[in-house]
Amino acid sequence: MFRYLPLVLKNCWRNRRRTILTVASIGISMCLLGVMIAMFHAFYMSDPSPDQALRLVTRNRVSFTVFIPRAYQVQMEHVPGVRAVTVANWFGGVYKDDRDPKNNFARFAIEPEKLFRIYGEYRIPEDQRKAFERDRAGCVVGRDLANLFHFQVGDRIPVTGSVFPGDYEFTVRGIFDSPRASEILYFNNEYLEQSLPEGRRGNVIMYYILIDDPAHSARIAKAIDALFANSTAQTKTESAQAFAVGFLALLGNVKMFLIGISAAVMFTVLLVSANTMAMSVRERGREVGILKTLGFAPGSILGMILGEACAISIAGGTIGYLVSTLLMRLVAKSPFGAYLPAFQPFELPVAVACVLTAAAIGVMSSLVPALSASRTSIVEALRSTD
Amino acid sequence: MSIPFSYNLRNLVVRKTTTIMTALGIALTVAVLLAILALVNGLRSTLSVSADPLHVLVLRKGSDSELVSVFTRGQFQDLKFKAGIATGRDGQPLASMEVVTMMILPSVDNPDGANLTMRGLDPVGIAMRRNVHLARGRWFRPGQRELVVGKFVADRFPAAQIGKMVHFGRGEWQIVGVFDAAGGAQNSEVWGDLFQVSSDLQRVDAVSSCLVTATDAVTARALVASLNDDQRLEVKAMLERDYYDQQTSAAEPIEYTGLIVALIMAVGSSFAAMNTMYAAVARRAREIGTLRVLGFSKGSILLSFLAESAALSALGGLLGCLLALPLNGITTSIGNSSFSETAFAFHVTPNIMLAGVVFAVVLGSVGGLFPARMASRKQILTALREG
Repeated sequence: MFRYLPLVLKNCWRNRRRTILTVASIGISMCLLGVMIAMFHAFYMSDPSPDQALRLVTRNRVSFTVFIPRAYQVQMEHVPGVRAVTVANWFGGVYKDDRDPKNNFARFAIEPEKLFRIYGEYRIPEDQRKAFERDRAGCVVGRDLANLFHFQVGDRIPVTGSVFPGDYEFTVRGIFDSPRASEILYFNNEYLEQSLPEGRRGNVIMYYILIDDPAHSARIAKAIDALFANSTAQTKTESAQAFAVGFLALLGNVKMFLIGISAAVMFTVLLVSANTMAMSVRERGREVGILKTLGFAPGSILGMILGEACAISIAGGTIGYLVSTLLMRLVAKSPFGAYLPAFQPFELPVAVACVLTAAAIGVMSSLVPALSASRTSIVEALRSTD
Repeated sequence: MSIPFSYNLRNLVVRKTTTIMTALGIALTVAVLLAILALVNGLRSTLSVSADPLHVLVLRKGSDSELVSVFTRGQFQDLKFKAGIATGRDGQPLASMEVVTMMILPSVDNPDGANLTMRGLDPVGIAMRRNVHLARGRWFRPGQRELVVGKFVADRFPAAQIGKMVHFGRGEWQIVGVFDAAGGAQNSEVWGDLFQVSSDLQRVDAVSSCLVTATDAVTARALVASLNDDQRLEVKAMLERDYYDQQTSAAEPIEYTGLIVALIMAVGSSFAAMNTMYAAVARRAREIGTLRVLGFSKGSILLSFLAESAALSALGGLLGCLLALPLNGITTSIGNSSFSETAFAFHVTPNIMLAGVVFAVVLGSVGGLFPARMASRKQILTALREG
């Protein structure tokens, strides 16, 4: 089989312009496909990172926008396997001018002494962490956010509430590093509680929970929801990863979107490749006749043409995949990246899927011309002009 | 003198396999672009139908959606006799106090349950929304646990059919009717009696918002300004249209992603078109030489091949429109700023189809430029000898 490899490669290279254009065309489409496959993999198939696997999120079963009582926390802490529970109130609010999307970074009210325990992957200097725990009006910001606004320790950040009314001012007590996009601000939930009117206190939007073992996550989530199944505010507890996917699903039917675009891209690549192979086989009618005269079996000719198509589309697929990893890096850095589950720049299944798709497209696109070339009789082939 | 266009068309017909494959490649690119445009267009038109230019929405100061807003009956008493508010046939001001919350029902797409916007309102609120009409069944009766659902809700939620009971708040509610909001966002809502809904939520006095109808469009703006300036009321008023415009921002990430995808695909397809045109030029070398001998200028050969490429891609564009057309009218949903579903239909309009064809022609012409230039630069003698 590999005996003919040099010949196959030579054939690829004989109409250089066409090969380069085809590889470029396939490469560009495949880089899109690569991004789609990587996203799909990250959302629906990947294992959560070790620290994420240990986190659960509890919210009201109806919606994020409906509160659950603060009183639930104690009961949740007593569920076997639960190590720590913190309030996590999505604060919203307006920083400077909310028409500039840059200013709409995430703001959460949490319990400072538990944040860095539950988010074990956050790195922050010890003294800054302590300062944050001591200052009720303090906050910590992610490195990305600090870089964006040039925040430094000691800066004051004024925010006007929307979900929770009132004007707030947070003092930056620390800057933490996170492996993921970190345009995020955490402040002390106690500050929020004390600022609210009496009647609005004791409400929680979400709880973040640290558990002892990823294997227990389903059982613990069920146990927590069972605690409140008969109360007015029923809860929904899910893994941090499922929560992230669910949050994204609010934007629309993400799965259909990814599959629809991938299908269109794949079909386009198939057409491009089929077109090229058809052109190149048509030009070579007489040559095929000569090969047959020399004693090449129809099978070898079929294999050679299929191989040529595969070589071209795998070249395109590989280039496309490499470009797609660069694109994914950009996607991860964008504000949108904060909603994505953590993903590695290199995922073996994604790479394999890309190259296999390319090879399959190569075979499918050249099957018809290759079969007809291998089946034409010698006389017929030799007679063909062009 | 220019080469007749029919020459190009005939060439395309002769090489029909290549033509069709290249055109289909372009068609798919155009179809993706059109799908995205149709989606965004559908959402925009849904939201614009929802808003009445005379309506002013009043929320608590600092709130940006009805869901997080709080509006008290005390505020309502002060507000409803403000100048500029139209009066109904019964002489009462057209002002509707409403409570907005969420309920969860299993839908076709989300069997685990999807969020729905639930609105409690009085008959005046229904009368004020001129795009809303009862489609089936009857309206809810005051003081009863009865619900009327929007058309999309009835279509997408098997549990939301007339006669069925759903659990909400502190009891079971019966669905008694379906209303149609003429394509507006209200079609994704569930409506019930103001008092009953707010008492189930234990917030009878502090409801969500107030909708008022102004006497005319100019007064509506003045009313917004005077309500916002009223220190005593402490409310945030805005035109209903502006409110819905804000909600469209949900479509922006989809729009950007879609445009980037379409653009990348366009680059890929223009390379494919380039390939096809290079092959066409190579196969017709002798023809090009003959045309030159006949006296056609370099310029007319360049134009002719460009025209052929444009025709090829225009065909692709038209095919793309055909591919995208079946999308028209398909309903889908998108999360709005209050995390509940707004359903809307894809909207394929002549305008966006035109945009798709223009897009195709541009990408085809760009792809055809270099091959056409090569064709026009061929030396007559070498061209005649080739092939």
